Amino acid sequence: MLRKVPLAISVAAAALIGTAANAQTELTVYTAFEAEDLKRYADTFNEDHPDITINWVRDSTGIVTAKLLAEKNNPQADVVWGLAATSLLLLKSEGMLEPYAPVGVEALDPKFVDNDDPPAWVGQDAWVASICFNTVEGEKYGLTAPGSWKDLLDPMYAGHVIMPNPNSSGTGFLDVSSWLQMFGEEEGWAFMDGLHENIARYTHSGSKPCKLAAAGKIPIGVSFAFRGAKSKAAGAPLEIIVPSEGVGWDMEAGGIIAGTANLEAAQTLLDWAVTRKAMEMYNVGYAVIAMPGVAKPVEHFPEGLLDAMIDNDFEWAANNRAAILAEWQSRYDGKSEPKS
Amino acid sequence: MTATLTPEVSLRISGLWKSFGDFVALKDISLEVMDGEFVCFLGPSGCGKTTLLRAIAGLDLQTQGTVIQNGRDVSALPPSERDFGIVFQSYALFPNLTVYRNIAYGLENQGRARSEIRARVTELLETVGLPDQSDKYPAQLSGGQQQRVALARAIATSPGLLLLDEPLSALDAKVRVRLRHEIKDLQRRLGVTTIMVTHDQEEALSMADRIVVMNHGVIEQIGSPTAVYRDPASLFVASFIGEMNQFDARVVDSATVRVGQSEFSCRTHHHESGAAVVAAIRPDEIVPLGAGYRPSPDEVNCEKVTLADMAFLGSFWRCLLHSEDFGSDALMADFPTNAVRRLSLEAGQDIHVSLQESGLMAFARDV
Amino acid sequence: MSESVATLPKGGRVRPKLGRDDVMMRLWMVVIALYLVVTLAFPLYAMLSKSVSTFRFDLTWFEFQVSNEEGRFDAAPILASALNANLGLYVEADLVTGSDGRLAATEFFPEFSFRSPVMYRIRGTVDDATFLVGSTRHQGQEWVELDSNTFRRVQLRPATSTGLDNFRTYFATPALSNSITNSLVIATLSTIVTIVLAFAYAYALNRSCARFKGFFRLVAMAPILVPSLLPGIALVYLFGNQGMLKSLLMGESIYGPIGIVIGAVFFTFPHAFLILSTALAISDARLYEAAAALRASPWKTFWTVTIPGARYGLISAAFVVFNLVITDFGLPKVIGGQYNVLAVDIYKQVIGQQNFEMGAVVSVVLVIPALLAFAVDRFVQRRQVAQLTARSVPFQPKPDRARDRAWFTCCTVIAVFILGILGVCQFAALVKFWPYDLSLSLNNYRFDLMDGGGWASYYNSIKMGLITAAVGTVIIFFGAFLVEKSNGFTTGRNIFQMFAMLPMAIPGMVLGLAYIFFFNDPANPLHVLYGTMAILVICTITHFYTVSHLTAVTALKQMDREFEAVSASLKQPAMKLFSRVTVPVCLPAILDISIYLFVNAMTTVSAVVFLYSPKTSLASVAVLNMDDAGDIAPAAAMGMMIFYTNAAARIIHLALSRGVMKRTQAWRFR
Repeated sequence: MLRKVPLAISVAAAALIGTAANAQTELTVYTAFEAEDLKRYADTFNEDHPDITINWVRDSTGIVTAKLLAEKNNPQADVVWGLAATSLLLLKSEGMLEPYAPVGVEALDPKFVDNDDPPAWVGQDAWVASICFNTVEGEKYGLTAPGSWKDLLDPMYAGHVIMPNPNSSGTGFLDVSSWLQMFGEEEGWAFMDGLHENIARYTHSGSKPCKLAAAGKIPIGVSFAFRGAKSKAAGAPLEIIVPSEGVGWDMEAGGIIAGTANLEAAQTLLDWAVTRKAMEMYNVGYAVIAMPGVAKPVEHFPEGLLDAMIDNDFEWAANNRAAILAEWQSRYDGKSEPKS
Repeated sequence: MTATLTPEVSLRISGLWKSFGDFVALKDISLEVMDGEFVCFLGPSGCGKTTLLRAIAGLDLQTQGTVIQNGRDVSALPPSERDFGIVFQSYALFPNLTVYRNIAYGLENQGRARSEIRARVTELLETVGLPDQSDKYPAQLSGGQQQRVALARAIATSPGLLLLDEPLSALDAKVRVRLRHEIKDLQRRLGVTTIMVTHDQEEALSMADRIVVMNHGVIEQIGSPTAVYRDPASLFVASFIGEMNQFDARVVDSATVRVGQSEFSCRTHHHESGAAVVAAIRPDEIVPLGAGYRPSPDEVNCEKVTLADMAFLGSFWRCLLHSEDFGSDALMADFPTNAVRRLSLEAGQDIHVSLQESGLMAFARDV
Repeated sequence: MSESVATLPKGGRVRPKLGRDDVMMRLWMVVIALYLVVTLAFPLYAMLSKSVSTFRFDLTWFEFQVSNEEGRFDAAPILASALNANLGLYVEADLVTGSDGRLAATEFFPEFSFRSPVMYRIRGTVDDATFLVGSTRHQGQEWVELDSNTFRRVQLRPATSTGLDNFRTYFATPALSNSITNSLVIATLSTIVTIVLAFAYAYALNRSCARFKGFFRLVAMAPILVPSLLPGIALVYLFGNQGMLKSLLMGESIYGPIGIVIGAVFFTFPHAFLILSTALAISDARLYEAAAALRASPWKTFWTVTIPGARYGLISAAFVVFNLVITDFGLPKVIGGQYNVLAVDIYKQVIGQQNFEMGAVVSVVLVIPALLAFAVDRFVQRRQVAQLTARSVPFQPKPDRARDRAWFTCCTVIAVFILGILGVCQFAALVKFWPYDLSLSLNNYRFDLMDGGGWASYYNSIKMGLITAAVGTVIIFFGAFLVEKSNGFTTGRNIFQMFAMLPMAIPGMVLGLAYIFFFNDPANPLHVLYGTMAILVICTITHFYTVSHLTAVTALKQMDREFEAVSASLKQPAMKLFSRVTVPVCLPAILDISIYLFVNAMTTVSAVVFLYSPKTSLASVAVLNMDDAGDIAPAAAMGMMIFYTNAAARIIHLALSRGVMKRTQAWRFR
């Protein structure tokens, strides 16, 4: 019965679906890389592999993860490249990743590679939480720059802080999971209870708080260092602060989606993603990359960021993700009144 | 029927029923229409005449019964497989097509050459008297002109049967009278078997060869205009067609009824003696005899009345008469103008009138 | 004459022989009905079943065996359910979870220590039982042997079953169920404000001689041309932290109910205005003459004549607005802040938390008020039609300088509000770096550097709009023609009508989510459509089916009922009548349907936000995504691109309509 689609529709559908098949291999790559990096990454990749076209599907970490999980039984992606490791662990636990050891994976820091052999995923770089502080707006409201996470509990910041919602944002989740790991569960939640009092609102994406801070829409945005450096380079009056307790981080990682029709091209991409050239490409925006000894300092990156990175337990984060988010939602998302 | 040749039956309807849920709209209708005949379905609204027409056309199928057209059983066929042309009250002219295109509509797709179609349309336009209107749109025509275009379109394909559904009722009175003649004339010239539905008795009387009088989904009477007028088969027919005085009466014998204290001779009938009936007489069957008239003792059907009211209607006066025998029922009588003048009749006079025996009828009483 | 108790004789009823046209029309009707079943009924069913598919840990599915210190497994295997019973850990309700639920195996072993030399074994008792070691997935009945340190990493996964647990969880979680109240509150508030303003506006344009009525009418319709989230963006610029008018809010935040209501007034205004304007236009002048003759005060006349005369319009407009607000997703997404509403909850549940089951539950909850509002509206509209046919003399306002000036002022204020919102968006789009650098630049139009799909999404939107308009108009008009003009087959036609009315009651978010469930199922042969432009087109056509269908039906009803009969009597195929007469006569309505579909395809966010793919990203979704990513100015720029495109489409439509009128509708003018 389902086959009886009206003729007009099936004709239209056929016209829409049927893209000319040529010698080019098209790879559908799901990613949470920053939008402005996509073209540069694809171009750099195509310098070496002009026969493979990358079709990006870019969205916030949470959304890409949701999309992938939604398509669990009917995957649309060939490769995931540039998605939080926590998300890749989730995909792995759903059996969605095709294990593959990229050529040259030995050169990477083992911390950046899945433990299994062959690994289900490999990391590219790390993105690190930090605080974006708009000095102009801060002065206007008479705020001093916070030096630590706990400084943010000061009542003077009430209504002046924005952070990402961990339900949708990978950055938001790494903040929450790092607080819970650093402070312990009880103290961690207590800290967030206090912070919640000062939060103006939670944003959907992780880069938005820093963009908002850069635009002066809020003095303080809890975001990640890379975004802050970008905005600062663009001329925003920002100070990028590394809180003294340490900062959460996650890595951008990649893997092949099980069942892909373009396995060979997918492997080519993954091989390329761990080359030195690729590492230098990531290094333009990210100070921490998977291949030791390659990284050069990144402009406007805050001092001491690398030392502040906590010893992140990704497996713990992935396996407790559902429980943490449920708890977070019941504590902070149900508030019906916006903070003013 | 006075036809010299034996007429062929064009349409035979037998045992036709139509129901909408519990409501029975047509009850056991049987009817024959002869070739070339003009038949009118006449009746009040809701009597089923349009339903019958639509069943004949196949537009709303009957529940039961057969329709045979020229020997072919078309009972269950869709309209497109029957042989008829139709004109609706709304004319249903295609508003975006010119008069020419409207008429040519049915001629296309039939393997006719373009020139042939052109010739036929021109001929039809001549026939309906609109030779120079072919490029106009329907909205640019008067109602009467639209009606004629609809007619031309309906007969373009020379159908064996022409169906007219209240074709004149959307027109004003003068145009209506003129078109009556035109349609009747056209029908006679073309010799096309025609069925027309109307609720207007004048239309039916002036146009039809035969009238089918319907009421509550049954045929009350089938007959020529004069027959249904002169010899109504039922009280309904009698009162629906033309004016009719009605009053309660009791049968004395097969040619006499009693009204009040008096007995009247009437047309022969089949009611039993002593039965309560309705007696009826048309206003023009009451003849004035004047104020000074002295009836002879054995004179029948002469009634003494009071001339209660008179209204001048041109060729005749409509008068209201009261009498002892008729009690509270006032009699309505149409007196010719010259008779009123000759007898010097005036309102308020006591006069004698004669109830014509040939015009006095007895009908069974409605239950 | 007295045979009124006639009954049909028993015996063979006439079975109609179907003509070729009848057969064909029925076949086509079945085809289009099937289209509606596949694109509407099946997806909704898939969603409903998703909402009752639950996840719970089935402890009888897992079996453990624990060794002694030497690593020998002497003890008998024991079920997790037995351990649970012994320890009294969880009751049934605790075991309900989501699709991504995890339960640490160590919970069942209070004495567990990762340093212990004790070995553990775990296996499923059924083939479907799933557990993780770290993030490696194990399924089935094989024993897996692990040392203590690894056993620490074992997580049990839930089993699927069916039940109302999700709904129980929903109503037991205030964070979720509070949204019901929130949604109702903002929908009610927005309805009241919009109706009052739109009524005043419509009243001024219909009942006074205020100047520039044509201009005001045009302005009132402008919000229809933009996505509902655009006013949200404008409000951020006006009342946000750097807002020009922030002080007006006196410390209140624009993020929340205030922002939602103001934005909702903007985007629902044209809908309310249209309905109320029609309602006021049909009022009967004779009633006013009567009131004047009775020397009723204007105030009394207003309450005794005007309001009762427009009451159906008022009710209908109120429910339409209510429905639009409660089902809208874009606006609260942008400006809602922490104020949760149902439509956004669906998005959050699905996109943020991957909790599809809960998304389906919220969808079901959202359908209820939408369905109610829809039912009331339909009921009222039927009454209004009856009123319309009975009415006669139209009211002609007489000039009155003071009154006219007052109404002019009222209209001006509202028009300034509407134009202001659009103007702020355009200004923000052209400013380099608000508020620090107000010089003008086109930087914000470099969409390819932002999220949301870049310029490609804009062209995709136009493509999608055009295909939707073309294909949708064909399907919808043809469907309406079949249902309106075919013979017999009453039951079939009634069912078709019902299907055609249903989409209006289904919120876009719900439809989009339902499409994921239905089309993204590999068992469904139609799943090839997933991720294509075709599914966006299908979804949009279905989403906006009802209004288009009603437009078509209205136009078809105005045609003479007997055209089909005449054509059949002339032995011409039904399709000839359709192409030669029906389509040309209904061309204005057909054009209306296509512009309606195009404009809505350009602005819709709610349904397609779940369905777009990298190749089919859309401008309206790009607005949302750019705003999400903090690129608010580019979002405003893209929103205004949609506005200009729709405005241009409207102008083309107008020119086309005029041209078509001249060419094919010459018959309309004497």
